[in-house]
Amino acid sequence: MIRWLRSFGAFWYDFVIGDDWRGAAVVAVALALTALLVHVASVNAWWLLPTAVIGALGWSLRRATAGKS
Amino acid sequence: MNSLPLALTVFVACAVEAVEALTIVLAAGLTREWRSTFQGMAAALVVLAATVAVLGPALTLVPLTALRLVVGALLAVFGLQWLRKAILRASGYKDLHDEGAIYARQVAAANAAGRESRRGVHDWYAFTLAFKGVLLEGLEVVFIAITFGDSQGNLGVAAAAAAAAVLVVAVIGIAVRAPLSRVPENTMKFAVGIMLTSFGVFWGAEGAGVSWPGNDAALLALVPVIALVAVGYVALLRRGRAGPGRAAVPPMERTPA
Repeated sequence: MIRWLRSFGAFWYDFVIGDDWRGAAVVAVALALTALLVHVASVNAWWLLPTAVIGALGWSLRRATAGKS
Repeated sequence: MNSLPLALTVFVACAVEAVEALTIVLAAGLTREWRSTFQGMAAALVVLAATVAVLGPALTLVPLTALRLVVGALLAVFGLQWLRKAILRASGYKDLHDEGAIYARQVAAANAAGRESRRGVHDWYAFTLAFKGVLLEGLEVVFIAITFGDSQGNLGVAAAAAAAAVLVVAVIGIAVRAPLSRVPENTMKFAVGIMLTSFGVFWGAEGAGVSWPGNDAALLALVPVIALVAVGYVALLRRGRAGPGRAAVPPMERTPA
């Protein structure tokens, strides 16, 4: 049962998150910050998530290609 | 929002997945036997139908803001994964997705595997190969259709686009009886990565409480911006990879022999 649960979790992890968990972490943190800015500071931070995603993509690509060129 | 971008995105994304499933099914059917392959496909379709029957109605019970936050986050992460792979492929850091080569590998493995009957299935290898292939690719189809359809409040259009994509690929596959290696899959995956990421960012931010400037029209700016950034990253990586005196990097799609 535990082995099945582990492989089930591993499948969904690989399915959604894939090779680099940092991208998922950046998206989660950016969404939390956006919600905080909107609901606590009343700042319409529409720019935060796109900026974070673009940055996370560049970071992930840099890590994936480091030392390979 | 106009349902055309929704339908087109779901259609292209699901067509890519259907092409991959078709390659596996053809390898199992043509190399082993069709009966067990069809049984594997049918079993996978039953599991997928049950998933849709449970997930679809369950998601409609979730408030739209919460749904968009969760679905947006998932799509943004999922889209980033697609886009990252597509950029690495386009810039030569990762092998291009080649259905011909994948088919050849599947056929070689299918030829090497022994024949075994189990649980009323004549060829267990063909059954499991078809089952896993259709289930895994089908889950991506279901995930994309349900997340897009529910977030947009237009599950019917998303489901119809997904079904049309699978049907078109299946009909072409039956007609040519070969993997669809001429489909520009790498380019399609690049485009789908851009769309998944853009919609994910749009819905995720909206779910977090943001009001986009121009409301839905913001997507008309978001998609080109993400596309330009992705193309820019490809150009940067290609330049870094080619360097002085290095061989040119491969193009986005292979030229058919």
